Amino acid sequence: MSTSRQIGVRVRVDPIACDAYGYCAELLPERVTLDEWGYPIVDGTPVDPHLVSLATRAAAVCPRRAVLLETVMVDR
Amino acid sequence: MTDLALAPAERLLPSGPGGNAGPGLDAHLDRHGDLRIPTRKDPAWRAGILWAVAASGLVGRGGAGFPAVAKWDSVAHRSRRPVVVVNAMEGEPASAKDRVLLACSPHLVLDGAYVAATAVGASEIVVCVADHSQPAAASIEAAIAERRRAGTAVVRASVQRPPGRYVTGEESALAGWLESRRALPALRTDKSVPVTIGRRPALVHNAETLSQLALIARHGPEWFRAMGTAEAPGSTLVTVTGAVRQPGVLEVELGTPLVDILARAGLDTELSAVLLGGYGGAWLDPSRLSTPYAPGPLTAAGGTQGVGVVIALPATSCGVAETARIVRYMAGESAGQCGPCVFGLPAIADDLEELWAGRAVRGVLERITTRAAAVDGRGACRHPDGASRVVRTALAVFAADAAAHAEGRPCGGHVAPTVLTLPGPTADRRVR
Repeated sequence: MSTSRQIGVRVRVDPIACDAYGYCAELLPERVTLDEWGYPIVDGTPVDPHLVSLATRAAAVCPRRAVLLETVMVDR
Repeated sequence: MTDLALAPAERLLPSGPGGNAGPGLDAHLDRHGDLRIPTRKDPAWRAGILWAVAASGLVGRGGAGFPAVAKWDSVAHRSRRPVVVVNAMEGEPASAKDRVLLACSPHLVLDGAYVAATAVGASEIVVCVADHSQPAAASIEAAIAERRRAGTAVVRASVQRPPGRYVTGEESALAGWLESRRALPALRTDKSVPVTIGRRPALVHNAETLSQLALIARHGPEWFRAMGTAEAPGSTLVTVTGAVRQPGVLEVELGTPLVDILARAGLDTELSAVLLGGYGGAWLDPSRLSTPYAPGPLTAAGGTQGVGVVIALPATSCGVAETARIVRYMAGESAGQCGPCVFGLPAIADDLEELWAGRAVRGVLERITTRAAAVDGRGACRHPDGASRVVRTALAVFAADAAAHAEGRPCGGHVAPTVLTLPGPTADRRVR
């Protein structure tokens, strides 16, 4: 099987902007969990293709605009 | 130990013969000789200095440990001319090297700033000295005035006095303060994009880094590499305090065994640990004192070079108590921007204080470990990472002591005089 380079998406959080609303962890538990104070702990590995739309939503609904999406090249 | 290993390095601080001539320009030129810096565009000189600094392997002395030239490319050739910022903030309370350097060798720091400014085409130099470091600020101001009178000022230089808080020296916070008087670290997703002041890119270098640069510009990379190790060339400034007879700033050859550095400062007692790097540094077990003082070996031994702080903790002191005090201080010095730092550091300080007093709940050691891991890497700047490391290493180095505390048997050491000095409460000293 051959792999190809594709554009992937990974999640980051701006810790300065973040105010622990927690919507990102609700929408994308596969990559975001919350610490004991309610702040997101983010797994920065690229999200699976079927989760990209949820990652996009998490970024869109964050009241603090603290969820950042970065594009990265990934092997699939 | 050979006598050679104990011979002090004397490149930066004028402690050698003729070293008592003072910080003036004449004494500086007598000691170090002339330095030619072109006053107009000189591509050959620029290529030469870039090569020399790269070949020297000079690593920044501000704590992050990046190669000094790595920042130069990012600020040069941009649409606006850069500003060179001399970072002598020294927010780390246990460090005194930069203020000693500015007081003793201000012209060497200035030479380095002129070289960096000329290499990147900067039109201005701003020297940042904390508001409470008056002698250092007066010394560098006098040196700048002396250069102006002598007609050897290469570009305009001025001194600024930002508030002396822990995080103010972080380069994005410093640039922020210079721009808008708000000393808050910024989130930087791409470190190859320089910090800016207004719309001008800023080249921020630690004061010691620039003084090393001034010597490399004079004597070349081979001379620089004649001291130190292949991986960590040159000398460096170390602030040694704690259980030593002569606390102070020493210049040491990189690779010198830690125990020799402590011996030079007059170590004369049994130690329970050494704190390396600063209050956001790492505790090192006394069994590791033969470790060569250089970034690689120190990190491999579980320590860190950080900003060159070495604190000898005597066997009579309580490592748990000292760590609790450090973390409480670090919690108070948070810029207050990022949740994990704002909530995590005080929570860890609470845990440590209960542990120290022998009042801890069950499982407190596990909780401290979990919380220290939880704050690591979770801020916009490295402030929580430093606190996390000092806690993590404390639980390893003082493991037996911490276990006794956790079982309600606090040691007697916490009543002994504490060795770590902390600045007073900072609640009223505003960041912005």
